[in-house]
Amino acid sequence: MSNNKIIHWFKYASPQSFYPLAGKLIPWFWGLTAVFLIPGLWITFFAAPTDAQQGEGYRIIFIHVPAAWMSMFIYIVMAAWAGLGLALNTRLSGMMAQGLAPTGAIMAFVSLWTGAFWGKPMWGAWWVWDARLTSALILFFLYIGFIALQAAIDDARRADKAGAILALVGVVNVPIIYFSVKWWNTLHQGASVSLTKAPTMAATMLWGMLLMALAFWMYSIAVALTRVRAIILEREAHTEWVKELDEVKA
Amino acid sequence: MNAILAIIRRDLLLAMRRKSEVLTALFFFIIVVSLFPLGIGPETALLRKIAPGILWVAALLATMLGLSRLFAPDHADGTLEQMVLAPSPLGLLVTGKIIAHWITTGLPLVLLAPVLGIQFDLDSGALGVLMIALLIGTPLLSLIGAIGAALTLGVRGGGVLLSLLVLPLYVPALIFGAGAVEAHISGLGAGGHLSLLAALLALAVFFAPWATTAALRIALE
Repeated sequence: MSNNKIIHWFKYASPQSFYPLAGKLIPWFWGLTAVFLIPGLWITFFAAPTDAQQGEGYRIIFIHVPAAWMSMFIYIVMAAWAGLGLALNTRLSGMMAQGLAPTGAIMAFVSLWTGAFWGKPMWGAWWVWDARLTSALILFFLYIGFIALQAAIDDARRADKAGAILALVGVVNVPIIYFSVKWWNTLHQGASVSLTKAPTMAATMLWGMLLMALAFWMYSIAVALTRVRAIILEREAHTEWVKELDEVKA
Repeated sequence: MNAILAIIRRDLLLAMRRKSEVLTALFFFIIVVSLFPLGIGPETALLRKIAPGILWVAALLATMLGLSRLFAPDHADGTLEQMVLAPSPLGLLVTGKIIAHWITTGLPLVLLAPVLGIQFDLDSGALGVLMIALLIGTPLLSLIGAIGAALTLGVRGGGVLLSLLVLPLYVPALIFGAGAVEAHISGLGAGGHLSLLAALLALAVFFAPWATTAALRIALE
């Protein structure tokens, strides 16, 4: 029985069977994005109380924190796909890693950008050379390096494998980002959401943050799947099944 | 072990035959370091404060210069393919090449740094810490750089791409390396920074040759 399941999963490792599956899943993930985003934004702008010290300006953290989480999480997922691609030599894994990279880069950029907007009224500076800010910037550079390396290699399979090694080397950096707060302990405030001790923020704010994080998550999946579908079409353009697709014929 | 020694001897011999390449990187290091006082001004207190960072950034850039030569000539004349086919494991040969690269680019920086540090008015204690930090840090730079050099082997615009890939990965070495000297100057003691730098080196010694070998095999497929 379990054997059947394994075969069942590997079926979707082939671009030909994954392409229609992704096509069916994408509207669902867009729907989930809306389901989480609408109440999330409502809490962000209306329900969450004004912060006693930070005023209205703090509301940007509802974008900033989920974006920062996603930028780190996507890098780990990307590296996991990359490692899977190296270990099992599946073509789809490399495509997934390639499809995730731009979304991760955008998330890293958004977290830096919104962080600057938050920092200006709170710290009086657009940018401070704090450990966590700096490592977020390095994460952004790592994404750019990954994208640039893949773009520079014409052979798609070699690009996947070279990118995979780079992603696995870079993934060492992601825990350093997370723990840098504890290591260097500088200007940046400590992590606001903690699993070990009671959160320091109001419950509505926590809900808002979680809803926004889920919305960002679903958005990332939807966008990455869309991109993977485009990559599949590009790379498999020579195959019969792509030529048979309705959207290609039209 | 013999294979490593043979590779180191070969690469050093090649470097000795083409001295200008090694010396170019070295003079690049000296010139970059000397440019900063010209740009910032000769104020001693300020120079002393920024010296560790400048020396380390210049060391990163100088190491970068030599990286594209690490595998490219061997790739061009087919030697690299023979190394892959050789009976000794490729990882060992790669380690030998990295050691040779460090001896030709990293070690001269370690020896030169105190001389340049004097220009920045660092005292003898700080110079000692700077040398130790560079002694631990430059092999780390060579090891991490080798991964980038292998990944960009024969790739369009390899040189610029190499710096894009490798420089972000150099950041921890820069932070702890320059931090060690700063911590010493401020009286905190450099031990913690040096230990972290050494920990990074231990990690890199274990993983970097392995990752470099994998990247080389992909490049030669």
